[in-house]
Amino acid sequence: MTTAEASSTLDSTAGIALPLLRIRGLRKHFGDHAVLRSIDLDVMPGDRIAILGASGSGKSTLLRCLNFMERPNAGVVELGGEAIGRAAPGKGDPDRRTYDEAELTRVRQRVGMVFQQFNLFPHMTALGNVMEGLRTVRGLREPEARERAAAELARVGLAEKAPAYPARLSGGQKQRVAIARALAMDPELLLFDEPTSALDPELVGEVLRVIRALAEEGRTMLLVTHEIGFAYHVANRVLFLADGAIHEQGTPDQVLKQPTQPRTRAFVERHREFDF
Amino acid sequence: MAALYRWNFAPVFENAEVLWAGALGTLRLFAICVVLGLGFGLVVGFGRHAKAPWIYLPATAFVEFFRNTPVLVQILWFYYALPILLPFQISPLTAAALGISLNSAAFSAEIYRGGIESIDRGQAEAARALGMTAAQAMRRVVLPQALRRMLPALTNRGIEIFKMTTLASAVAYVELLQQGKLLASLNFNPIETYTVIAVVFFLCLLPLVQATYALERRLGRSDA
Repeated sequence: MTTAEASSTLDSTAGIALPLLRIRGLRKHFGDHAVLRSIDLDVMPGDRIAILGASGSGKSTLLRCLNFMERPNAGVVELGGEAIGRAAPGKGDPDRRTYDEAELTRVRQRVGMVFQQFNLFPHMTALGNVMEGLRTVRGLREPEARERAAAELARVGLAEKAPAYPARLSGGQKQRVAIARALAMDPELLLFDEPTSALDPELVGEVLRVIRALAEEGRTMLLVTHEIGFAYHVANRVLFLADGAIHEQGTPDQVLKQPTQPRTRAFVERHREFDF
Repeated sequence: MAALYRWNFAPVFENAEVLWAGALGTLRLFAICVVLGLGFGLVVGFGRHAKAPWIYLPATAFVEFFRNTPVLVQILWFYYALPILLPFQISPLTAAALGISLNSAAFSAEIYRGGIESIDRGQAEAARALGMTAAQAMRRVVLPQALRRMLPALTNRGIEIFKMTTLASAVAYVELLQQGKLLASLNFNPIETYTVIAVVFFLCLLPLVQATYALERRLGRSDA
């Protein structure tokens, strides 16, 4: 982060850092099924927040609501102090908001996402995948985009795979290309949606190492994961979601070592059952 | 008896320039119908893919109407009935091009829709997550992959269009079959004439199909 960006996140009058992301009363339902029930969360610049929870707890949906892959049914998401969308209270739904597609596109340019299934573009090379956003979204010219994309591939240790198509890459390599693709857009916030869940166990390490290096650079990230050990070592905050709400949160030591809630304790124990 | 038939192709070849004129007419009609049919089909296919009912419903009505009426009837209708509704005459070429193009648009629309919907949702999501607009995601990510999958089906459409051009003879448009009919009735040799016409169609289409195979192989390089 540059000094200009860093100072812009400071409240000039009070000198208190403002959250990069401020979430209030976020709700999402699919049909009758409430997936998220009123989530409140502040993400400070440099935060590395691990989101844990059983499948169906709403953790992926929470992430997908933050770059508006899913539109929340209620609640406000503020990015850099600006509320996204505008209030449009409906009948019996006073918290409803409407979202302008062009505004969401601008938001997504500032929020990067890495998917469980990588979602690389199979008709483009590794380099082409990383260049695509630079060319199409940022409007960079070919040589500049190529240079930047090559640098991002080198950062994830895949410089020599630039000309390879995704079909020729291992799962771990694919996910690293996907991370490079997201990084090339200079996102202020990175969302990782179970980035290692689709990987063979021996390929998980190479992806986690890349994510840890990004954390050490001070990047702000939200990470949905089942890798409790990784969350413990890399996150500065851990959220435990259950039934679409934040059930417990705190430092990794608090939540993972001394959980106060029985459900958190049971979840952590289940995940550590076969530790050795 | 059939074995004793004495083939005589000389009268056909003596009138090669008549068939040549027909071949040019066939190619012209084919070119128009491929561009209009497959081009308009893409528009209709997007319409069928749309969620908004005011786009989806007209597109669906169009597809069902033109898929479920014979092309020959459409061509005859455009030629004889449309001029009654419009203030001007319609040439045989226009009538045939309208009938074949609209029919092909209806069929290819379904190919486009199926192809677009066969691409994993995660592809469009990844594109949108980078900050692309819906149109950019379609153009840069979804459509190139979908077109590759659609190529065999679109090739079939192209072949079908080429052969459908013979229906234009019903409104006396100068194409291969129309010219063949002319020759056959002048020389009383329908067997030889139609044999030559069948061979000409085969010789035109075979390289076309081979070219699309080559294209498929080239596009298939990167696929999983």
